[in-house]
Amino acid sequence: MTGAMVRSEDVHKSFGHVDVLKGIDLEVAPKDVFCLVGPSGSGKSTFLRCINHLEKVDAGRLYVDGRLVGYREVGDKLYELREKEVAAHRRDIGMVFQRFNLFGHMTALENVMEAPVRVRREPKAVVRDRAVKLLDRVGLAAKSGSYPAQLSGGQQQRVAIARALAMEPKLMLFDEPTSALDPELVGEVLDVMRDLAASGMTMIVVTHEMGFAREVGDALVFMDDGIVVEAGHPRDVLSNPQHARTRSFLSKVL
Amino acid sequence: MSSDLDGSGTGSPSGAGDRRREPIAAVPVRHWGQWVSAAVVVLLVAALGYSVAINDNLQWSAVGDNLTEPTVLRGLWVTVQLTVLAMVAGIVLGVVVAVMRLSANPVLSTVSWFYIWLFRGTPVLVQLLLWFNLALFFPTLGAGPLSVDTNDLIKPFVAALLALALNEAAYMAEVVRAGILAVDEGQAEAAHALGMSQGQTMRRIVLPQAMRVIIPPTGNETITMLKTTSLVLVVGAGDLLTRTSAIAAREFTTIEMLLVASVWYLVLTSVASYGQYHLERRFARGTSAGSQASVGRRILANLRPGRVEGGVR
Repeated sequence: MTGAMVRSEDVHKSFGHVDVLKGIDLEVAPKDVFCLVGPSGSGKSTFLRCINHLEKVDAGRLYVDGRLVGYREVGDKLYELREKEVAAHRRDIGMVFQRFNLFGHMTALENVMEAPVRVRREPKAVVRDRAVKLLDRVGLAAKSGSYPAQLSGGQQQRVAIARALAMEPKLMLFDEPTSALDPELVGEVLDVMRDLAASGMTMIVVTHEMGFAREVGDALVFMDDGIVVEAGHPRDVLSNPQHARTRSFLSKVL
Repeated sequence: MSSDLDGSGTGSPSGAGDRRREPIAAVPVRHWGQWVSAAVVVLLVAALGYSVAINDNLQWSAVGDNLTEPTVLRGLWVTVQLTVLAMVAGIVLGVVVAVMRLSANPVLSTVSWFYIWLFRGTPVLVQLLLWFNLALFFPTLGAGPLSVDTNDLIKPFVAALLALALNEAAYMAEVVRAGILAVDEGQAEAAHALGMSQGQTMRRIVLPQAMRVIIPPTGNETITMLKTTSLVLVVGAGDLLTRTSAIAAREFTTIEMLLVASVWYLVLTSVASYGQYHLERRFARGTSAGSQASVGRRILANLRPGRVEGGVR
């Protein structure tokens, strides 16, 4: 129970009058690939962003590696964390965005090196070695001097994964990592993610790639309208959905 | 040789006649009105120029003699100094005010809002006179042993610099703010997700990418500043216009000395415009540089005389 990498207890989130998350309960075990699927607007991306506090949780509790996200609990009182404490929390969580968000004024190598050098204050030479290895791992050793604008979407996303890995995170969040890619570039990014999963990284993946979920996923949650509708092993949920909403969604995407 | 010219046209459907594939060599539309209006403008300008040139009330020799007069050149130097120093201080302070304005801290953003409201809302000439007359309501500055006579500290040049720089900072703050807002939000989000602080994100990620948007209007601000420095005449800060006006009053050559000043202002703004052009091209690299080059090539292609002939063959 306490060994969960991420534990969500009745997490709520609303934007103005719109309730996006209406009580999310789930648990992500270490080394698992945890897939979040569901129609757009179901709250899966918002939930992902709550995990590294890019969004503030309104109610409930969210723990990462046993630590409460965004707050400190003393007795029955919650204290908001300071900016520095939030930043320290994020350091151990890598995030990959739908739109890559590579730093446009830096080369691929500089993108990967930036956070370890500036945030962890590691020596540049050490970071450079690691960055070169990471770019090689995602198959882009030859592109280390290229700027994001000179790379294809698939290449940019692979650099973005290397950039997140450079901080040696214990948890990786993927927010629809292949949704902005041309169909023929999806495979190269999924290959990198598959390799990462095989290395034992804990991953939470918001995705529409049901093939990837079925093949690589250890757990899958179907979300709709801010609640968890169905959860289980990807094979079971995808081939034998129990709820009408899951069936109707899957019939449209499979 | 001509194949690359006509090859870029829309491919004619196969089976169309040979006549269709020949490049069009049409007679362009003639704009007779433009020629007539150009002739009228040239005539008017020539008439005005002639009347100025032969005007007995104007001593052209005084213009030529004073153009490189040491006093005038000293004034020119003061104008350049004021412009550069006021712009540098204005840009630095403007960045600070812009970042404050966008801060989540309500104290900082309110202070910044008030600053911009105050300095953009009052004429720079009024600010200039206020700084110059600071001694009237603060006879001494500082406290205890560290206090100094205001008039010793706020010399005309210092008053001019303070007024120009503080006023400029308010305008630059708006320019920088627009630049920061033009950077995609995802950039800051990615930086935060990596554990970078607000300050690091702003310095390392957002501001460098905002530069492309900030540079062009900053060039305009600099050129405006060059001309705005002439206002310091009212406090006698020794700039170009102060010096030429002094000579004019002594030698009764009002128009002549205003022409001298105008010539130098035109030289300075032309140099600044040239610099701005190159700076913009440099910072546009990697974004629209390719399309810019093709615009140049297209213009060249349009100027090539062989274009139409190549079509006719």
